[in-house]
Amino acid sequence: MKIVNVTHGSFYALGAYAAASLTAAYLARGYPPMLSYAVLVGAAILVATPFAVLIERGILRFLYVRDEVVILLVTYALFLILEDVVKLIWGVNPYYIAQPYALLGSLQIAGMAYPTYNLVLVGAAVFFGGGLAWLLHRTRAGKLLLAVIHDPEVSRAMGINVGRYYLATFVLGSLLAALAGAFVAPTVSVVPGLGVDVIVLSFAVVVIGGLGSLPGAALGAVIVGVVRSLSVHYLPQVELFVIYFVMAAVLALRPRGLFSLAEPRKI
Amino acid sequence: MRLLISAILVLLAAVGPWLPQWAMFIMTVALARGLVVLGLLLLLRAGLVSFGQALFYCIGAYSAGALGRFFGVSDIFIQMAAGAAMAALVAFVLGFLLARYRGIFFGLLSLALSMILYGLLVKTEALGSTDGFNILPSTLFGVRPAPEWVRYAVLVSAAAVAAVAALLVHRYLQTPLGRLAPAIKDNEIRVEYMGASARQAVHVKYVIAATLAGIGGALAATTVGHIDPEMAYWTTSGEFIFIAILAGTGNVLAPFAGALVYGVIHTMAYDLSPNTWQMSLGLSLLLLIVFLPEGLFSRRLKWR
Repeated sequence: MKIVNVTHGSFYALGAYAAASLTAAYLARGYPPMLSYAVLVGAAILVATPFAVLIERGILRFLYVRDEVVILLVTYALFLILEDVVKLIWGVNPYYIAQPYALLGSLQIAGMAYPTYNLVLVGAAVFFGGGLAWLLHRTRAGKLLLAVIHDPEVSRAMGINVGRYYLATFVLGSLLAALAGAFVAPTVSVVPGLGVDVIVLSFAVVVIGGLGSLPGAALGAVIVGVVRSLSVHYLPQVELFVIYFVMAAVLALRPRGLFSLAEPRKI
Repeated sequence: MRLLISAILVLLAAVGPWLPQWAMFIMTVALARGLVVLGLLLLLRAGLVSFGQALFYCIGAYSAGALGRFFGVSDIFIQMAAGAAMAALVAFVLGFLLARYRGIFFGLLSLALSMILYGLLVKTEALGSTDGFNILPSTLFGVRPAPEWVRYAVLVSAAAVAAVAALLVHRYLQTPLGRLAPAIKDNEIRVEYMGASARQAVHVKYVIAATLAGIGGALAATTVGHIDPEMAYWTTSGEFIFIAILAGTGNVLAPFAGALVYGVIHTMAYDLSPNTWQMSLGLSLLLLIVFLPEGLFSRRLKWR
Protein backbone atom coordinates (compact mmCIF):
# COMPACT_ATOMS: atom_id res chain seq x y z
CA MET A 1 0.00 0.00 0.00
CA LYS A 2 3.03 2.23 -0.27
CA ILE A 3 3.13 2.47 3.50
CA VAL A 4 6.41 1.96 5.25
CA ASN A 5 5.11 0.87 8.60
CA VAL A 6 7.42 1.19 11.58
CA THR A 7 4.53 0.18 13.85
CA HIS A 8 5.00 -3.32 12.51
CA GLY A 9 7.73 -3.89 15.07
CA SER A 10 5.29 -3.01 17.84
CA PHE A 11 2.80 -5.54 16.58
CA TYR A 12 5.52 -8.15 16.60
CA ALA A 13 6.25 -7.27 20.22
CA LEU A 14 2.54 -7.13 21.08
CA GLY A 15 2.02 -10.58 19.62
CA ALA A 16 4.99 -11.99 21.46
CA TYR A 17 3.91 -10.50 24.79
CA ALA A 18 0.29 -11.51 24.43
CA ALA A 19 1.23 -15.05 23.46
CA ALA A 20 3.84 -15.41 26.18
CA SER A 21 1.70 -14.11 29.03
CA LEU A 22 -1.57 -15.83 28.06
CA THR A 23 0.09 -19.14 27.26
CA ALA A 24 1.97 -19.02 30.55
CA ALA A 25 -1.30 -18.39 32.38
CA TYR A 26 -2.97 -21.19 30.44
CA LEU A 27 -0.25 -23.70 31.22
CA ALA A 28 -0.14 -22.66 34.86
CA ARG A 29 -3.78 -23.77 35.22
CA GLY A 30 -2.73 -27.25 34.13
CA TYR A 31 -4.76 -27.52 30.91
CA PRO A 32 -3.52 -29.92 28.21
CA PRO A 33 -0.22 -28.55 26.93
CA MET A 34 -0.85 -29.65 23.34
CA LEU A 35 -3.55 -27.01 23.01
CA SER A 36 -1.14 -24.29 24.05
CA TYR A 37 -0.37 -23.71 20.37
CA ALA A 38 -3.94 -22.65 19.78
CA VAL A 39 -3.69 -20.29 22.74
CA LEU A 40 -0.46 -18.90 21.28
CA VAL A 41 -2.14 -18.03 17.99
CA GLY A 42 -5.41 -16.95 19.55
CA ALA A 43 -3.73 -14.59 21.98
CA ALA A 44 -1.83 -12.82 19.22
CA ILE A 45 -4.95 -12.36 17.10
CA LEU A 46 -7.06 -11.26 20.04
CA VAL A 47 -4.65 -8.58 21.17
CA ALA A 48 -3.39 -7.29 17.85
CA THR A 49 -6.73 -6.84 16.06
CA PRO A 50 -8.18 -4.04 18.22
CA PHE A 51 -4.90 -2.11 18.10
CA ALA A 52 -4.67 -2.48 14.33
CA VAL A 53 -8.26 -1.39 13.74
CA LEU A 54 -7.87 1.55 16.09
CA ILE A 55 -4.69 2.77 14.43
CA GLU A 56 -5.98 2.44 10.90
CA ARG A 57 -9.44 3.91 11.47
CA GLY A 58 -8.39 6.45 14.05
CA ILE A 59 -5.21 7.85 12.54
CA LEU A 60 -3.75 6.44 9.37
CA ARG A 61 -6.80 6.75 7.13
CA PHE A 62 -6.69 10.53 7.41
CA LEU A 63 -3.09 10.62 6.28
CA TYR A 64 -2.97 8.48 3.15
CA VAL A 65 -3.06 11.59 1.01
CA ARG A 66 0.16 12.84 2.55
CA ASP A 67 3.69 11.96 1.50
CA GLU A 68 5.07 8.43 1.99
CA VAL A 69 7.70 9.88 4.28
CA VAL A 70 5.07 11.57 6.46
CA ILE A 71 3.34 8.22 6.95
CA LEU A 72 6.70 6.73 7.88
CA LEU A 73 7.04 9.41 10.56
CA VAL A 74 3.49 8.87 11.81
CA THR A 75 4.07 5.16 12.21
CA TYR A 76 7.35 5.97 13.94
CA ALA A 77 5.41 8.10 16.42
CA LEU A 78 2.89 5.30 16.92
CA PHE A 79 5.77 2.91 17.41
CA LEU A 80 7.15 5.06 20.24
CA ILE A 81 3.70 5.16 21.85
CA LEU A 82 3.05 1.44 21.56
CA GLU A 83 6.49 0.65 22.90
CA ASP A 84 5.48 2.27 26.18
CA VAL A 85 1.98 0.80 26.08
CA VAL A 86 3.59 -2.62 26.01
CA LYS A 87 5.75 -1.69 28.97
CA LEU A 88 2.73 -0.36 30.86
CA ILE A 89 0.72 -3.53 30.32
CA TRP A 90 3.39 -6.17 30.78
CA GLY A 91 6.09 -4.41 32.79
CA VAL A 92 9.77 -4.63 32.00
CA ASN A 93 10.48 -8.13 33.32
CA PRO A 94 11.21 -10.83 30.76
CA TYR A 95 8.67 -13.57 30.03
CA TYR A 96 9.64 -17.14 29.27
CA ILE A 97 7.41 -19.89 27.95
CA ALA A 98 9.57 -22.78 26.92
CA GLN A 99 6.91 -25.52 27.06
CA PRO A 100 5.61 -25.28 23.49
CA TYR A 101 9.20 -25.28 22.33
CA ALA A 102 10.33 -28.24 24.42
CA LEU A 103 7.14 -30.23 23.92
CA LEU A 104 7.85 -31.24 20.35
CA GLY A 105 11.30 -32.60 21.13
CA SER A 106 13.86 -32.72 18.39
CA LEU A 107 14.51 -34.62 15.20
CA GLN A 108 17.71 -36.17 13.95
CA ILE A 109 18.47 -34.73 10.54
CA ALA A 110 21.71 -35.79 8.88
CA GLY A 111 23.15 -36.65 12.26
CA MET A 112 22.28 -33.32 13.88
CA ALA A 113 19.65 -32.81 16.53
CA TYR A 114 17.24 -30.20 15.32
CA PRO A 115 14.34 -28.83 17.41
CA THR A 116 11.05 -29.84 15.80
CA TYR A 117 9.52 -26.52 16.79
CA ASN A 118 11.88 -24.71 14.42
CA LEU A 119 10.84 -27.00 11.59
CA VAL A 120 7.22 -26.28 12.38
CA LEU A 121 8.07 -22.57 12.19
CA VAL A 122 9.56 -23.02 8.74
CA GLY A 123 6.40 -24.86 7.73
CA ALA A 124 4.22 -22.09 9.16
CA ALA A 125 6.23 -19.45 7.29
CA VAL A 126 5.83 -21.29 3.98
CA PHE A 127 2.12 -21.78 4.72
CA PHE A 128 1.48 -18.12 5.48
CA GLY A 129 3.63 -16.90 2.59
CA GLY A 130 1.89 -19.23 0.17
CA GLY A 131 -1.49 -18.36 1.61
CA LEU A 132 -0.85 -14.67 1.17
CA ALA A 133 0.29 -15.14 -2.41
CA TRP A 134 -2.83 -17.20 -3.14
CA LEU A 135 -5.03 -14.59 -1.48
CA LEU A 136 -3.50 -11.78 -3.51
CA HIS A 137 -3.35 -13.39 -6.93
CA ARG A 138 -6.07 -16.01 -6.99
CA THR A 139 -9.04 -14.54 -5.15
CA ARG A 140 -11.38 -11.73 -6.09
CA ALA A 141 -10.60 -9.79 -2.95
CA GLY A 142 -6.87 -10.06 -3.54
CA LYS A 143 -7.12 -8.85 -7.11
CA LEU A 144 -9.28 -5.95 -6.05
CA LEU A 145 -6.69 -5.11 -3.42
CA LEU A 146 -3.94 -5.03 -6.04
CA ALA A 147 -6.08 -2.65 -8.05
CA VAL A 148 -6.58 -0.42 -5.01
CA ILE A 149 -2.84 -0.31 -4.38
CA HIS A 150 -2.17 0.53 -8.00
CA ASP A 151 -4.59 3.41 -8.18
CA PRO A 152 -6.98 4.18 -5.31
CA GLU A 153 -8.85 6.89 -7.18
CA VAL A 154 -9.73 4.85 -10.24
CA SER A 155 -10.60 1.93 -7.97
CA ARG A 156 -13.01 4.12 -6.09
CA ALA A 157 -14.54 5.27 -9.35
CA MET A 158 -15.03 1.62 -10.30
CA GLY A 159 -17.10 1.11 -7.19
CA ILE A 160 -14.58 -0.54 -4.89
CA ASN A 161 -14.88 0.32 -1.23
CA VAL A 162 -11.30 1.55 -0.96
CA GLY A 163 -11.42 2.40 2.72
CA ARG A 164 -12.46 -1.14 3.59
CA TYR A 165 -9.53 -2.57 1.63
CA TYR A 166 -7.07 -0.29 3.33
CA LEU A 167 -8.42 -1.37 6.71
CA ALA A 168 -8.38 -5.06 5.83
CA THR A 169 -4.84 -4.89 4.50
CA PHE A 170 -3.51 -3.04 7.49
CA VAL A 171 -5.19 -5.41 9.94
CA LEU A 172 -4.03 -8.45 8.01
CA GLY A 173 -0.45 -7.17 7.85
CA SER A 174 -0.43 -6.33 11.54
CA LEU A 175 -1.88 -9.73 12.39
CA LEU A 176 0.89 -11.44 10.48
CA ALA A 177 3.44 -9.43 12.45
CA ALA A 178 1.72 -10.36 15.72
CA LEU A 179 1.59 -14.02 14.71
CA ALA A 180 5.29 -13.94 13.91
CA GLY A 181 5.88 -12.54 17.37
CA ALA A 182 3.69 -15.22 18.92
CA PHE A 183 5.51 -18.01 17.12
CA VAL A 184 8.90 -16.67 18.10
CA ALA A 185 7.93 -16.05 21.74
CA PRO A 186 8.61 -19.64 22.95
CA THR A 187 12.13 -19.61 21.50
CA VAL A 188 13.34 -16.37 23.10
CA SER A 189 12.86 -14.45 26.30
CA VAL A 190 10.28 -11.77 25.67
CA VAL A 191 11.80 -8.47 26.80
CA PRO A 192 11.21 -4.77 26.02
CA GLY A 193 12.98 -3.69 22.86
CA LEU A 194 11.91 -6.78 20.97
CA GLY A 195 10.18 -4.65 18.37
CA VAL A 196 13.11 -2.31 17.75
CA ASP A 197 15.44 -5.02 16.59
CA VAL A 198 12.96 -6.79 14.40
CA ILE A 199 11.70 -3.74 12.57
CA VAL A 200 15.05 -2.60 11.24
CA LEU A 201 15.84 -6.15 10.27
CA SER A 202 12.57 -6.56 8.39
CA PHE A 203 13.17 -3.29 6.57
CA ALA A 204 16.45 -4.73 5.42
CA VAL A 205 14.58 -7.82 4.23
CA VAL A 206 11.96 -5.97 2.21
CA VAL A 207 14.43 -3.48 0.78
CA ILE A 208 16.70 -6.29 -0.38
CA GLY A 209 13.71 -8.02 -1.94
CA GLY A 210 12.11 -4.93 -3.39
CA LEU A 211 9.32 -3.01 -1.65
CA GLY A 212 5.88 -4.48 -2.13
CA SER A 213 6.99 -7.76 -3.66
CA LEU A 214 6.04 -11.05 -2.00
CA PRO A 215 8.67 -13.30 -3.64
CA GLY A 216 11.16 -10.52 -3.01
CA ALA A 217 10.35 -10.51 0.70
CA ALA A 218 10.69 -14.29 0.89
CA LEU A 219 14.01 -14.27 -0.94
CA GLY A 220 15.20 -11.31 1.13
CA ALA A 221 14.33 -13.14 4.34
CA VAL A 222 16.25 -16.21 3.22
CA ILE A 223 19.26 -14.11 2.20
CA VAL A 224 19.25 -12.25 5.49
CA GLY A 225 18.86 -15.45 7.50
CA VAL A 226 21.59 -17.34 5.69
CA VAL A 227 24.04 -14.44 5.67
CA ARG A 228 23.46 -13.89 9.35
CA SER A 229 23.97 -17.53 10.29
CA LEU A 230 27.06 -17.77 8.13
CA SER A 231 28.57 -14.71 9.73
CA VAL A 232 27.74 -15.96 13.22
CA HIS A 233 29.49 -19.18 12.34
CA TYR A 234 32.57 -17.89 10.56
CA LEU A 235 33.02 -14.26 11.48
CA PRO A 236 31.07 -13.41 14.65
CA GLN A 237 32.58 -9.91 14.86
CA VAL A 238 30.63 -8.72 11.85
CA GLU A 239 27.28 -10.31 12.75
CA LEU A 240 25.65 -7.03 13.76
CA PHE A 241 26.18 -5.12 10.58
CA VAL A 242 26.61 -7.73 7.89
CA ILE A 243 22.90 -7.46 7.07
CA TYR A 244 23.04 -3.76 6.52
CA PHE A 245 26.13 -4.33 4.47
CA VAL A 246 24.24 -6.77 2.25
CA MET A 247 21.37 -4.32 2.01
CA ALA A 248 23.68 -1.49 0.97
CA ALA A 249 25.37 -3.75 -1.57
CA VAL A 250 22.05 -4.88 -3.08
CA LEU A 251 20.80 -1.31 -3.30
CA ALA A 252 24.04 -0.21 -4.92
CA LEU A 253 23.58 -2.77 -7.69
CA ARG A 254 19.79 -2.76 -7.99
CA PRO A 255 18.59 0.59 -6.69
CA ARG A 256 15.05 -0.56 -5.96
CA GLY A 257 15.71 -4.06 -4.63
CA LEU A 258 15.93 -7.45 -6.30
CA PHE A 259 12.30 -7.95 -7.34
CA SER A 260 11.37 -4.36 -7.95
CA LEU A 261 8.88 -3.39 -10.60
CA ALA A 262 9.54 -0.71 -13.17
CA GLU A 263 8.25 2.70 -12.09
CA PRO A 264 6.85 5.23 -14.51
CA ARG A 265 8.61 8.58 -14.52
CA LYS A 266 6.49 11.56 -13.64
CA ILE A 267 7.18 14.65 -15.65
CA MET B 1 18.98 37.49 9.83
CA ARG B 2 22.56 38.47 10.61
CA LEU B 3 21.40 41.09 13.11
CA LEU B 4 19.00 38.70 14.78
CA ILE B 5 21.61 36.00 15.17
CA SER B 6 24.22 38.40 16.57
CA ALA B 7 21.68 39.77 19.01
CA ILE B 8 20.85 36.28 20.27
CA LEU B 9 24.55 35.48 20.58
CA VAL B 10 25.33 38.64 22.58
CA LEU B 11 22.30 38.08 24.80
CA LEU B 12 23.37 34.51 25.49
CA ALA B 13 26.94 35.54 26.33
CA ALA B 14 25.66 38.27 28.65
CA VAL B 15 23.04 36.22 30.46
CA GLY B 16 25.15 33.05 30.51
CA PRO B 17 27.06 33.55 33.77
CA TRP B 18 23.78 33.79 35.70
CA LEU B 19 22.26 30.65 34.27
CA PRO B 20 22.25 27.51 36.42
CA GLN B 21 24.56 24.70 35.29
CA TRP B 22 21.73 22.41 34.19
CA ALA B 23 20.23 25.10 31.97
CA MET B 24 23.59 25.64 30.30
CA PHE B 25 23.88 21.91 29.77
CA ILE B 26 20.46 21.66 28.15
CA MET B 27 21.22 24.66 25.95
CA THR B 28 24.57 23.34 24.79
CA VAL B 29 23.13 19.94 23.96
CA ALA B 30 20.31 21.73 22.14
CA LEU B 31 22.89 23.65 20.11
CA ALA B 32 24.65 20.40 19.23
CA ARG B 33 21.39 18.79 18.16
CA GLY B 34 20.36 21.96 16.38
CA LEU B 35 23.48 21.79 14.22
CA VAL B 36 22.58 18.26 13.15
CA VAL B 37 19.00 19.29 12.43
CA LEU B 38 20.24 22.30 10.46
CA GLY B 39 21.82 19.79 8.12
CA LEU B 40 18.59 17.77 8.02
CA LEU B 41 16.75 20.96 7.10
CA LEU B 42 18.87 21.23 3.96
CA LEU B 43 18.03 17.66 2.99
CA LEU B 44 14.36 17.96 3.96
CA ARG B 45 13.97 20.98 1.72
CA ALA B 46 15.02 18.75 -1.14
CA GLY B 47 12.44 16.21 -0.02
CA LEU B 48 15.00 13.81 1.42
CA VAL B 49 14.52 12.33 4.87
CA SER B 50 17.77 10.91 6.18
CA PHE B 51 17.11 8.27 8.81
CA GLY B 52 20.85 7.96 9.31
CA GLN B 53 22.10 11.37 10.32
CA ALA B 54 23.26 9.71 13.53
CA LEU B 55 26.07 8.25 11.42
CA PHE B 56 27.77 11.61 11.13
CA TYR B 57 26.78 12.68 14.62
CA CYS B 58 28.55 9.59 15.90
CA ILE B 59 31.54 10.03 13.60
CA GLY B 60 31.94 13.58 14.89
CA ALA B 61 31.70 12.43 18.49
CA TYR B 62 34.15 9.58 18.05
CA SER B 63 36.64 11.73 16.11
CA ALA B 64 36.58 14.21 18.96
CA GLY B 65 36.84 11.42 21.50
CA ALA B 66 39.67 9.63 19.68
CA LEU B 67 41.66 12.88 19.54
CA GLY B 68 41.45 13.13 23.30
CA ARG B 69 42.00 9.42 23.96
CA PHE B 70 44.97 8.84 21.69
CA PHE B 71 46.58 12.27 21.33
CA GLY B 72 45.47 14.06 24.48
CA VAL B 73 43.82 16.88 22.55
CA SER B 74 40.97 18.45 24.47
CA ASP B 75 40.57 21.79 22.70
CA ILE B 76 36.92 21.96 21.65
CA PHE B 77 37.61 23.91 18.47
CA ILE B 78 40.13 21.33 17.26
CA GLN B 79 37.68 18.60 18.22
CA MET B 80 34.84 20.23 16.31
CA ALA B 81 37.09 20.76 13.29
CA ALA B 82 38.15 17.12 13.40
CA GLY B 83 34.55 15.95 13.71
CA ALA B 84 33.50 18.12 10.80
CA ALA B 85 36.42 16.98 8.62
CA MET B 86 35.88 13.29 9.27
CA ALA B 87 32.14 13.51 8.71
CA ALA B 88 32.61 15.51 5.51
CA LEU B 89 35.13 13.00 4.19
CA VAL B 90 32.89 10.01 4.87
CA ALA B 91 29.86 11.83 3.43
CA PHE B 92 31.79 12.75 0.31
CA VAL B 93 32.58 9.11 -0.36
CA LEU B 94 29.11 7.78 0.60
CA GLY B 95 27.50 10.59 -1.35
CA PHE B 96 28.42 8.95 -4.65
CA LEU B 97 26.19 6.05 -3.63
CA LEU B 98 23.43 7.89 -1.78
CA ALA B 99 22.87 10.79 -4.16
CA ARG B 100 21.22 8.34 -6.57
CA TYR B 101 18.37 7.54 -4.19
CA ARG B 102 15.20 9.40 -3.29
CA GLY B 103 12.29 8.98 -0.94
CA ILE B 104 12.06 5.88 1.19
CA PHE B 105 15.18 4.33 -0.33
CA PHE B 106 17.34 7.29 0.62
CA GLY B 107 16.04 7.07 4.18
CA LEU B 108 16.51 3.33 4.55
CA LEU B 109 19.94 3.26 2.94
CA SER B 110 21.21 6.03 5.18
CA LEU B 111 19.73 4.11 8.11
CA ALA B 112 21.59 0.99 7.02
CA LEU B 113 24.86 2.91 6.82
CA SER B 114 24.49 4.28 10.33
CA MET B 115 23.66 0.81 11.62
CA ILE B 116 26.85 -0.50 10.01
CA LEU B 117 28.83 2.03 12.02
CA TYR B 118 26.89 1.02 15.15
CA GLY B 119 27.77 -2.63 14.55
CA LEU B 120 31.42 -1.78 13.97
CA LEU B 121 31.68 0.33 17.11
CA VAL B 122 30.00 -2.28 19.30
CA LYS B 123 32.63 -4.78 18.23
CA THR B 124 35.64 -2.46 18.51
CA GLU B 125 37.39 -3.01 21.83
CA ALA B 126 39.89 -0.19 21.28
CA LEU B 127 37.03 2.30 21.30
CA GLY B 128 35.32 0.90 24.36
CA SER B 129 32.82 -1.42 22.63
CA THR B 130 29.25 -0.94 23.95
CA ASP B 131 30.41 1.10 26.94
CA GLY B 132 32.07 3.81 24.88
CA PHE B 133 34.55 5.97 26.74
CA ASN B 134 34.87 9.25 28.58
CA ILE B 135 36.01 12.51 27.06
CA LEU B 136 38.63 14.80 28.59
CA PRO B 137 37.32 18.03 30.13
CA SER B 138 37.20 20.73 27.47
CA THR B 139 39.84 23.39 27.00
CA LEU B 140 39.75 26.46 24.74
CA PHE B 141 42.81 27.52 22.76
CA GLY B 142 45.01 25.71 25.25
CA VAL B 143 43.44 27.46 28.25
CA ARG B 144 41.73 25.31 30.84
CA PRO B 145 38.81 27.25 32.33
CA ALA B 146 38.06 26.94 36.04
CA PRO B 147 35.65 24.00 36.64
CA GLU B 148 32.64 26.20 37.32
CA TRP B 149 33.27 28.12 34.09
CA VAL B 150 33.69 25.14 31.75
CA ARG B 151 29.99 24.90 30.94
CA TYR B 152 29.75 28.60 30.19
CA ALA B 153 32.86 28.56 28.00
CA VAL B 154 31.58 25.57 26.04
CA LEU B 155 28.14 27.12 25.71
CA VAL B 156 29.44 30.39 24.30
CA SER B 157 31.84 28.69 21.89
CA ALA B 158 29.07 26.37 20.78
CA ALA B 159 26.72 29.30 20.26
CA ALA B 160 29.37 31.13 18.23
CA VAL B 161 29.98 28.12 16.00
CA ALA B 162 26.25 27.51 15.63
CA ALA B 163 25.69 31.16 14.72
CA VAL B 164 28.33 31.04 12.00
CA ALA B 165 26.90 27.77 10.70
CA ALA B 166 23.35 29.15 10.68
CA LEU B 167 24.48 32.26 8.79
CA LEU B 168 26.39 30.24 6.22
CA VAL B 169 23.45 27.93 5.65
CA HIS B 170 21.16 30.95 5.37
CA ARG B 171 23.49 32.34 2.71
CA TYR B 172 23.68 28.98 0.98
CA LEU B 173 19.90 28.73 0.76
CA GLN B 174 19.89 31.93 -1.29
CA THR B 175 22.47 30.73 -3.81
CA PRO B 176 21.24 29.09 -7.03
CA LEU B 177 22.35 25.68 -5.74
CA GLY B 178 20.47 26.25 -2.49
CA ARG B 179 17.32 27.37 -4.28
CA LEU B 180 17.39 24.17 -6.27
CA ALA B 181 16.27 22.20 -3.19
CA PRO B 182 12.49 22.75 -3.42
CA ALA B 183 12.72 22.18 -7.17
CA ILE B 184 14.29 18.77 -6.59
CA LYS B 185 11.52 18.01 -4.15
CA ASP B 186 8.79 19.05 -6.59
CA ASN B 187 10.03 17.54 -9.80
CA GLU B 188 13.48 16.29 -10.42
CA ILE B 189 13.13 15.70 -14.13
CA ARG B 190 12.33 19.36 -14.70
CA VAL B 191 15.45 20.24 -12.75
CA GLU B 192 17.46 18.17 -15.19
CA TYR B 193 15.75 19.85 -18.14
CA MET B 194 16.85 23.21 -16.81
CA GLY B 195 20.42 22.03 -17.08
CA ALA B 196 21.10 21.51 -13.38
CA SER B 197 22.31 18.23 -11.96
CA ALA B 198 19.99 17.04 -9.21
CA ARG B 199 22.43 14.34 -8.20
CA GLN B 200 25.25 16.79 -7.75
CA ALA B 201 23.05 19.17 -5.78
CA VAL B 202 21.97 16.34 -3.48
CA HIS B 203 25.58 15.26 -3.05
CA VAL B 204 26.63 18.76 -1.99
CA LYS B 205 23.70 19.03 0.43
CA TYR B 206 24.53 15.64 1.86
CA VAL B 207 28.13 16.64 2.54
CA ILE B 208 27.10 19.94 4.12
CA ALA B 209 24.54 18.17 6.31
CA ALA B 210 27.14 15.61 7.36
CA THR B 211 29.68 18.32 8.22
CA LEU B 212 27.14 20.05 10.44
CA ALA B 213 26.24 16.74 12.09
CA GLY B 214 29.95 16.08 12.66
CA ILE B 215 30.36 19.40 14.45
CA GLY B 216 27.21 18.68 16.45
CA GLY B 217 28.51 15.27 17.44
CA ALA B 218 31.88 16.61 18.58
CA LEU B 219 30.09 19.28 20.57
CA ALA B 220 27.72 16.79 22.19
CA ALA B 221 30.69 14.56 23.05
CA THR B 222 32.60 17.26 24.88
CA THR B 223 29.44 18.55 26.60
CA VAL B 224 28.18 15.22 27.85
CA GLY B 225 31.69 13.96 28.58
CA HIS B 226 30.92 10.43 27.44
CA ILE B 227 30.29 8.73 24.10
CA ASP B 228 28.96 5.29 23.21
CA PRO B 229 27.75 3.46 20.09
CA GLU B 230 24.13 4.38 20.89
CA MET B 231 24.92 7.66 19.16
CA ALA B 232 24.87 5.81 15.82
CA TYR B 233 21.72 3.79 16.58
CA TRP B 234 18.74 4.52 14.41
CA THR B 235 16.65 5.85 17.30
CA THR B 236 19.15 8.71 17.57
CA SER B 237 18.44 9.57 13.94
CA GLY B 238 14.77 9.35 14.81
CA GLU B 239 15.29 12.02 17.45
CA PHE B 240 16.83 14.35 14.90
CA ILE B 241 13.96 13.81 12.49
CA PHE B 242 11.58 14.48 15.36
CA ILE B 243 13.26 17.82 16.07
CA ALA B 244 13.24 18.73 12.39
CA ILE B 245 9.50 18.06 12.17
CA LEU B 246 8.92 19.88 15.44
CA ALA B 247 10.81 22.93 14.24
CA GLY B 248 9.84 22.99 10.59
CA THR B 249 12.13 23.87 7.74
CA GLY B 250 11.14 27.49 7.24
CA ASN B 251 14.32 29.18 8.43
CA VAL B 252 17.75 28.44 9.85
CA LEU B 253 16.90 29.40 13.42
CA ALA B 254 14.05 26.90 13.68
CA PRO B 255 16.33 23.86 14.21
CA PHE B 256 17.92 25.44 17.27
CA ALA B 257 14.63 26.55 18.75
CA GLY B 258 13.21 23.11 18.00
CA ALA B 259 16.16 21.37 19.64
CA LEU B 260 15.74 23.51 22.74
CA VAL B 261 12.03 22.73 22.97
CA TYR B 262 12.80 19.06 22.40
CA GLY B 263 15.42 19.13 25.15
CA VAL B 264 12.94 20.67 27.56
CA ILE B 265 10.11 18.26 26.60
CA HIS B 266 12.48 15.34 26.86
CA THR B 267 13.85 16.38 30.25
CA MET B 268 10.40 17.13 31.64
CA ALA B 269 8.86 13.94 30.29
CA TYR B 270 11.72 11.98 31.78
CA ASP B 271 11.30 13.76 35.07
CA LEU B 272 7.51 13.50 35.32
CA SER B 273 7.01 9.98 34.03
CA PRO B 274 10.24 8.07 33.59
CA ASN B 275 8.42 5.05 32.22
CA THR B 276 6.34 6.72 29.58
CA TRP B 277 8.56 9.42 28.14
CA GLN B 278 8.61 7.66 24.79
CA MET B 279 4.86 7.77 24.76
CA SER B 280 4.82 11.52 25.43
CA LEU B 281 7.32 12.02 22.61
CA GLY B 282 5.36 9.84 20.24
CA LEU B 283 2.11 11.61 21.07
CA SER B 284 3.56 15.05 20.54
CA LEU B 285 5.14 13.96 17.25
CA LEU B 286 1.81 12.58 16.09
CA LEU B 287 -0.10 15.73 17.06
CA LEU B 288 2.50 17.91 15.35
CA ILE B 289 2.35 16.01 12.08
CA VAL B 290 -1.44 16.06 12.03
CA PHE B 291 -2.12 19.60 13.19
CA LEU B 292 1.06 21.59 12.53
CA PRO B 293 2.63 20.10 9.43
CA GLU B 294 4.91 23.10 8.98
CA GLY B 295 6.38 22.93 12.45
CA LEU B 296 6.36 25.21 15.46
CA PHE B 297 8.75 27.87 14.36
CA SER B 298 8.27 28.15 10.67
CA ARG B 299 4.79 29.59 10.61
CA ARG B 300 5.34 32.51 12.87
CA LEU B 301 8.65 33.53 11.36
CA LYS B 302 7.45 33.31 7.80
CA TRP B 303 7.63 37.04 7.13
CA ARG B 304 11.35 36.75 7.21
